[in-house]
Amino acid sequence: MSGRVLVGVKRVIDYAVKIRVKPDNSGIVTDGVKHSMNPFCEIAIEEAVKLKEKKLIKEVVAVSCGPQQSQETIRTALAMGADRGIHVEVTGKDYEALGPLQVSKIMAALAKKEDAQLIILGKQAIDDDCNQTGQMTAALLDWPQGTFASEVALEGDKVKVVREIDGGLETIKINTPAVVTADLRLNTPRYATLPNIMKAKKKKIANMKPADLGVDLTSRLEVLRVDEPPQRQAGVKVETVDDLVAKLREAGTI
Amino acid sequence: MAGLMTARRALGLCLRGRRSLSQLAELPETHQILRQTCRDYADRELTPIAAKLDKEHCYPAKQIQELGAMGVMAMEVPEELGGAGMDYLAYSLAMEEISRGCASTGVVVSVNNSLYIGPVLKFGTDEQKQQWITPFTTGERVGCFALSEPGNGSDAGAASTTARQDGDEWVLNGTKAWITNSWDASATVVFATTDKKLKHKGISAFLIPMPHPGLSLGKKEDKLGIRASSTANIILEDCRVPLSNMLGPRGAGFKIAMQTLDSGRIGIASQALGIAQAALDCAADYAHKRTAFGAPIGKLQAIQFKLADMAVAVESARLLTWKSALLRDSKKPFTKEAAMAKLAASEAATFCSHQAIQVLGGMGYVSDMPAERHYRDARITEIYEGTSEIQRLVIAGQLLKEYQS
Repeated sequence: MSGRVLVGVKRVIDYAVKIRVKPDNSGIVTDGVKHSMNPFCEIAIEEAVKLKEKKLIKEVVAVSCGPQQSQETIRTALAMGADRGIHVEVTGKDYEALGPLQVSKIMAALAKKEDAQLIILGKQAIDDDCNQTGQMTAALLDWPQGTFASEVALEGDKVKVVREIDGGLETIKINTPAVVTADLRLNTPRYATLPNIMKAKKKKIANMKPADLGVDLTSRLEVLRVDEPPQRQAGVKVETVDDLVAKLREAGTI
Repeated sequence: MAGLMTARRALGLCLRGRRSLSQLAELPETHQILRQTCRDYADRELTPIAAKLDKEHCYPAKQIQELGAMGVMAMEVPEELGGAGMDYLAYSLAMEEISRGCASTGVVVSVNNSLYIGPVLKFGTDEQKQQWITPFTTGERVGCFALSEPGNGSDAGAASTTARQDGDEWVLNGTKAWITNSWDASATVVFATTDKKLKHKGISAFLIPMPHPGLSLGKKEDKLGIRASSTANIILEDCRVPLSNMLGPRGAGFKIAMQTLDSGRIGIASQALGIAQAALDCAADYAHKRTAFGAPIGKLQAIQFKLADMAVAVESARLLTWKSALLRDSKKPFTKEAAMAKLAASEAATFCSHQAIQVLGGMGYVSDMPAERHYRDARITEIYEGTSEIQRLVIAGQLLKEYQS
């Protein structure tokens, strides 16, 4: 086993920022807006670094697909303890159209190239909420998947994953190599320590293009329109239960 | 020919200076990540509890330990001794972000870094560094700095605390006043006179563990602001320490104190910047949300002028602070610039917090909003680590020296 873990880290608009829709409804405003690492990707990096600290794996490689600024996200991952980074450069219209299908093709190609034992991803990104990349990556590689992980344990050449599902918790055991996606309760990501931030400067980030991996970025999706959610309307106060029932009948809900 | 030589020299100066000048315009990537990390920590862990810490006068022990684990409690200390091995620009950035979240936590960090570890790092022997620095890098222990006395603050040369040699021990007697961290500290740097006749040249520096026989603490002062950090007298009554506890040469105490305060000023300037920025953030946010006369008050010129003045005050103080840090990091003289930074930043903090309350109106006067706490926290920055008046004396002294022909 190579002992190598690939972790995908996505640069997204910071969770605390108020999102604004572009005046032409073609998308959301990203220029000059604060960006940071997707919170679920932070959890993924933390889990990988913890596995390395327990000496269960040998190397953590942080991967990000996007423009030049994605390198900042990779540096943050390096400061948290990843060993090296890979920046797959995607810019302009390609970047606007970049979605789970394209990213999972890139991750699959990298997994083969880097002989990865494990891929850990965030369960979803907070900008598109797709929750697809992990699943698609596993399918493209024909690898088992443990998604919505709240606990991950490496046991020899298998991984035990406790999954958060609607009914409660499900524990599965899958063979490696495998794809795991991190859910909220998997861990609490560390703050980068100052010495690690300094060390991160010396760690390598390799640059490549999707074409170098033989990946076709064509999207099967076209975004037609982006709208703000409708303004919340004022409600109506009623005096008695009879009034309430009458109003509900009026609205056709009962 | 002479003209060409002058031009070439000027170009050389420009190019050499470019690296540090551009750092004033845009921080290097590591410093940006560091700043963001500290800001995230402050936003998530300090801002939510700052009001409570202030109200309950509660020392933020857990947060200090977490900051220690990040390396923030010993930023300049080399890694071999347990520190983060970073430069003073990084320290200034960290201090500003932490103080923006909680000014009390900021002063605990600053005193430990600049006033306690600072002099030991600069003047201590290798054994002293191992004993007195390494345990104080993790956040589990903090130190303090005892220079002021009930009878003298600005007049530091008139120290009346005495130290006499008795065999293989120093015996200290006297009272130190206004000591930050005193109730939470595990060690202190104390300044006492070993030769009263030599006046300020007779003062020496000593390291005393806490608690220690002969060292007791006065009551915790009930302060206007920075209430989560403890401030009290340190009383020395026949307090005995080994001869090896003297820090630096005999009689060098005053010089050690002054040099330590030079660096400490950069830390406090950064704390003041954090408070000023927090006040500005509060006011600007309110200006967007509060409506009066049919529109957000941010549309009114009176409010806009205040916000603009606040922004200029903060940014100019910040550039002075960064410049003094960069000069110190390049091992150039920085006394004048550090004093300018501390003066500008502390006056920016009191100005911005005053105006922030004005922008918030009635809401600025109640504890529901943080503006009143910023106002109370800001006030001390013009007093400790050299009053604004002392800063002006330092600046004028350095300035006039430059003009001496």
